[in-house]
Amino acid sequence: MNDAVYARRRKVNALMFALTAACAAVSAGSLLMILGYIVWKGASSVSWAFLVNLPKPVGEQGGGIVNAIVGSAKVVGLAGLVGAPVGVLGGVYLSEYGRGKYAFAVRYAADVMNGVPSIVVGLFAYALIVHPMKRFSALAGSAALAFIMIPTVLRSTEEFLRLVPGTIREAALALGVPRWKVTAFVVVPTAGRGILTGALLALARVSGETAPLVFTAFGNRFADNGWLNPIATLPHTIYTYAISPYEDWHNQAWAAALILMFFVLSVNLAARLWLKPS
Amino acid sequence: MTAERAGDRLFRMSVAGFAGVVPLAAAALAWQLARESASTWKTFGPAFLWTLTWDPVADVFGALPFLYGTAVSSLLALLIAVPLGVGAAVFLTELAPKRLADLLMFAVELLAAVPSVILGLMGIFILVPLMRALGSPYGVGMLTAGLILAFMVLPYITAITREVLLTVPRPLKEAMYALGATRWEVVRAVSLPFSRSGIVGAVFLSLGRALGETMAVTMVIGNTPRISAALHDPGYSMAAVIANELAEAASDAHLSALVAIGLTLMAVTIVVNGAARLLLYRLEARG
Repeated sequence: MNDAVYARRRKVNALMFALTAACAAVSAGSLLMILGYIVWKGASSVSWAFLVNLPKPVGEQGGGIVNAIVGSAKVVGLAGLVGAPVGVLGGVYLSEYGRGKYAFAVRYAADVMNGVPSIVVGLFAYALIVHPMKRFSALAGSAALAFIMIPTVLRSTEEFLRLVPGTIREAALALGVPRWKVTAFVVVPTAGRGILTGALLALARVSGETAPLVFTAFGNRFADNGWLNPIATLPHTIYTYAISPYEDWHNQAWAAALILMFFVLSVNLAARLWLKPS
Repeated sequence: MTAERAGDRLFRMSVAGFAGVVPLAAAALAWQLARESASTWKTFGPAFLWTLTWDPVADVFGALPFLYGTAVSSLLALLIAVPLGVGAAVFLTELAPKRLADLLMFAVELLAAVPSVILGLMGIFILVPLMRALGSPYGVGMLTAGLILAFMVLPYITAITREVLLTVPRPLKEAMYALGATRWEVVRAVSLPFSRSGIVGAVFLSLGRALGETMAVTMVIGNTPRISAALHDPGYSMAAVIANELAEAASDAHLSALVAIGLTLMAVTIVVNGAARLLLYRLEARG
C-alpha cells in the first residue's frame, strides 16, 4: 500500500520533470531554430556585392543594401553618442547623490520610459522633429533611438555603480581627494566594465528597433545624403522587403536579417563574456 | 561636515542636469502626444475608444477594433507563453543540473535579444504558411499574431520567474525534503506558492511588452480593422495601425487620431507596468 503511494509520487515527479524540461527545451530551442533558419535562408544571398552595392531599381534583380548598412551605422551611432553619455552621467547622479524627491522623480520617469512601447517613443520623435520640419530625417530616427537608450543606460549604470564598495570611496576621500574626483577617477572606472556592458547591450537593442524608424528615418533606396533627409536602415529594409511581393526582395530580407542578427548577437556575446570574469 | 567645494558643486549640478533629461523627456512626450491628439478627443470625445468605424477618407475615427486586436493578441500570447515560461523557469531553477541550466538560460537571454522584425520575418515565411496548411483561411490573423508574440515574451517570463524562484529561502525547501518530499512536491508546495506575487508581476511585465510590440504583430496580424470572434480571421492592433498609417497620414485629423491611439497605448502600458512594478517591488522589499 505504502509502496504504491510512493511509486505514484515518483511517477508524478518524473512526469513533471519531463514536462518542465520540455518547456525549457522549447524556450531555448526556439533560439537555435531561429538562428539556424536565418543562416540557412540568408547565407545563399549574402555576398560581397550584396554588402557594397546600392539597391537596384524596383523590378530589377540583384542589388545590395550598402545604403541600409551605412544608414543603420549613422542612425544608431548618433543615438549611442548622445544616449550613452547622458545615461551614464545621469546614472552617476542616481548612484552617488540619488536621495530625495528629485532622484525619486528621475527613477520613476526612467522606469515609466522603459515600459513605454518603442513605437510611442517614435511618435514623440515624429511630433518633436518630423512634424515641425515637415520632413523625415536620419536625425529624427536617431532622436527616437536615443530616447529609448537613455533610461536603460541610466538604470544599468546606477546598478553597477552601486556594486562599488563604499570602502573604496571612503579610502579615496580619506586621502583628501575632492569628492568629484573620487567619483570620476575612482568609482566610475571601478565599475567601468559593467557600465560599458550596459551601454553596449542598450546599443544592440536599439540597433534592431524598427517601429520608431518607420515614420522618422523612413527609409530611402538611394545612398544617404546628410542628416536631414530620409535614410535607409537595416531593420526597416528587412521589414519593407519582407512585406513586398517580390521573391528577390524576400531573399534579400533574409540576407539582411542574417547581417543584423550577426551584429546584435556578437555585441551581446561580447558584452556578456567580457563582463563574466569580474 | 564642511561646506561643499566649488568643483564638487559644479559636478553634482551637472550630473543632476543629465539625470533631469529623463523626467523632462517623459513629460515632453506626454505633453506632445496630448497636444497632437487634442483635436481627436475634441471631435469624438471618449467615444473614440468604443466606436468601430475607421475611415480616413471620411475623417471618421473609432479605435475599438485596434483596442480589441491588441487585447486579444496579447492575451493569446500570455495564454501560450505563461505556462511555457513558468515551466521552463521551474526546470532551470529547481530541477536541471546547474551547467545545463546555465547554458539554457544563456540561450533564453539571447532569444530576448532577437529583434522583433526578425521574429516577424519568421512569422511571415514560416508561421503563416504553416497556419494555412493547418486550415486557417488566410494564414495571417489574430492567432498567428498571438503565437509570434508568445515567442517575444517567453524569455521575459522565463527570466523574471527564475529570478523570483531564486529568492525562495533554502531552509523552507530543505524542511520539505527532510519530510521525504519529491522535488516536484517541493516546487508545488513551497517554491510556487512562495513566488506567486512575483510570477504575477512577471506576467504583467510581459503583458506590457506584448501590448506595445509593433513589428512582429504588424507583419502577421492581417491589418484589417474589424472585430471578429474567429481567431483565424485577420485583425489589427494599436501599434500596427500607427506603424502602417502614420507616414502616409493624409489629413491632420487622421494624424491626430493615430496619435490619440498612441496616447491610449501609452496610458495602458503605464498602468500595466505600474501594477507589475508594485508586485515586484514588494518582493524586493521582502528581500
